[in-house]
Amino acid sequence: MALRKGALRCNMLVNSRHFYKLTSFVGVRSVSDKVSSKPVTSGDPETLGDHLIYTQEHFALKESLRKIIDQEINPHVDQWEAEGKFPAHKIFKILGNAGFLGVSKPVEYGGLGLDFSYSVAVSEELGNIRCGGIPMAIGVQSDMATPALARFGSAELKKEFLLPSIMGDKVACLGVSEVGAGSDVSSIKTKAVREGDEYVINGGKMWTTNGTQADWICLLANTSDGPPHRNKSLFCLPMNLPGVHIARKIDKLGMWSSDTAELFFDDVRVPCKNIIGQEGMGFTYQMLQFQEERLWAVANILTMMDNIIQETIQYTRQRKVFKQSVLHHQSVHFRLAELQTEVELLRSLLHRATALYIKGNDVTRLASMAKLKGGRLAREVGDSCLQFWGGMGFTSDVLVSRFYRDSRLMSIGAGADEVMLGIICKYMDTLPKN
Amino acid sequence: MSGRVLVGVKRVIDYAVKIRVKPDNSSVVTDGVKHSMNPFCEIAVEEAVKMKEKKLIKEVVAVSCGPQQAQETIRTALAMGADRGIHVEVTGKEYETLGPLQISKIMAALAKKEEAQLVILGKQAIDDDCNQTGQMTAALLDWPQGTFASEVSFEGDKIKVVREIDGGLETIKINMPAVITADLRLNTPRYATLPNIMKAKKKKIANMKPADLGVDITSRLEVLRVDEPPQRQAGVKVETVEDLVSKLSEAGLV
Repeated sequence: MALRKGALRCNMLVNSRHFYKLTSFVGVRSVSDKVSSKPVTSGDPETLGDHLIYTQEHFALKESLRKIIDQEINPHVDQWEAEGKFPAHKIFKILGNAGFLGVSKPVEYGGLGLDFSYSVAVSEELGNIRCGGIPMAIGVQSDMATPALARFGSAELKKEFLLPSIMGDKVACLGVSEVGAGSDVSSIKTKAVREGDEYVINGGKMWTTNGTQADWICLLANTSDGPPHRNKSLFCLPMNLPGVHIARKIDKLGMWSSDTAELFFDDVRVPCKNIIGQEGMGFTYQMLQFQEERLWAVANILTMMDNIIQETIQYTRQRKVFKQSVLHHQSVHFRLAELQTEVELLRSLLHRATALYIKGNDVTRLASMAKLKGGRLAREVGDSCLQFWGGMGFTSDVLVSRFYRDSRLMSIGAGADEVMLGIICKYMDTLPKN
Repeated sequence: MSGRVLVGVKRVIDYAVKIRVKPDNSSVVTDGVKHSMNPFCEIAVEEAVKMKEKKLIKEVVAVSCGPQQAQETIRTALAMGADRGIHVEVTGKEYETLGPLQISKIMAALAKKEEAQLVILGKQAIDDDCNQTGQMTAALLDWPQGTFASEVSFEGDKIKVVREIDGGLETIKINMPAVITADLRLNTPRYATLPNIMKAKKKKIANMKPADLGVDITSRLEVLRVDEPPQRQAGVKVETVEDLVSKLSEAGLV
């Protein structure tokens, strides 16, 4: 009874932001048990002037986004996780209205034209959502399905697809991976054959986040028989075209609130003008945004790890074992200190890479390192913390078990660990020649 | 009427933070602790911005008293739609002893200086729960007051305020200029959108000291001690009504 109550109290303390529905403020305040220790502040320091990449506006942005998360998203996460889907149109519209879907996108299409550090700030704040699925879905909308379109699409195409995606009126998804090709993008089989002023598309896509709700898909397909890195093109494909089949919603280990689809394309006809930029450049376009995608993913998971460590501290402080708090056992607080140290190291790498990137540098090496570390550290944090939660950690009542499942994806998706290692080795010039 | 509304915004410890008392029992720990705009002040800003959007008033001026960090709170108000800000700088010991009397003197002085038509404040702050500043400001200005407002509307040259009181709702009509304090159900504050956050950068915040307004902010109060509320003690379970009665009489309660 006691440990369940303790866990739920933690959940409530961290979760409740319903003050607009409370009739009075009296009684909401919680006072700490300990008089002595200074409160822990993880993440950004209060003294704005000292931050490496963030200004007052970044912090104001985070505060505003946090309010949206606390009021419109977090209260419903448990329900959406159970249902296996979150209402993307509704949530994206709220975010779109507040300007959070087009942070780095062109102003002419409703974006804010800000640099990537603002996208990182948004991503860090989205890590406060109490699941991995929804931030991932938002990330696809804002930083995976749309960058190539924003940079290389025609004005007409941007008006039809980019503008409503930034406004939150249209849900986007990204069609790159296939059943037979994930890490090895160059071996995808989906074909787009030119017929007059249309392309006819046949093939399928896998692991499509937002796939069952999307209005359009940014699709990578083979448009010629040339060399595999130069024969692919990106298309803006409306999902309601005849021949587009949502084969199934994939049942996954984690990320339950994010609907992931397997898609089939059966003689789908799309106008030629729907091609993004130049034919044959699709692979290159997608690759250009990898640095941003990877840093974005790291920003996200850092906040989640901070939160899990904090919740674990709160839980183990009040949970007693052998007449003492679990937290007071040295193996516990020392391990948490190790984990927090590594989180801070990864944060430093993220901010360093972001600072260099916004000045125009190529940060592929650092971004790949950060992504690699992010996926692996999240598994360590999840595993160690879950252990400290004991039996409760194994239940679905607590966040740590959800984090354990959700974060496992990071070492696989958006660039598997093995791919990251290959990139780093390339920069270290340690790969076998030929 | 000038069409200018003054809104007071206070920087307080964020409501979700666990409060800790300093080891010397002098006050609560504020260093390194998350602060944000008092929720009732957010409601006050929202009401003023809504009035401006309905073209009932012309300008919203956000005011905050405190150290450098008070400017962050003013920026939040600017990001919500206030037109400009006034930062009345108070630091150190003087800031620690700042209370409703001092703030209302400052607000009254500013209301006169800015020729405000309305002063809107939150009904109380969530750190000290005083619920005095609005009332004192009105008294110092000799202006009518509409406190605990859950609905505010303009009726000709008067203002109609529906007040939340113990017995229910009370509707009053008061002349302007007036002081209004916002209660919880007055409105739902908007999210500061990212475009507005960026626009707020260009809005002006004027700096001044209480002395510039001719206000003496010496405190009349001295805080002797701050303690945490006593821990809730365990109760005792009894088997019968007789046991209950005997326990109560043992404790001298019956």
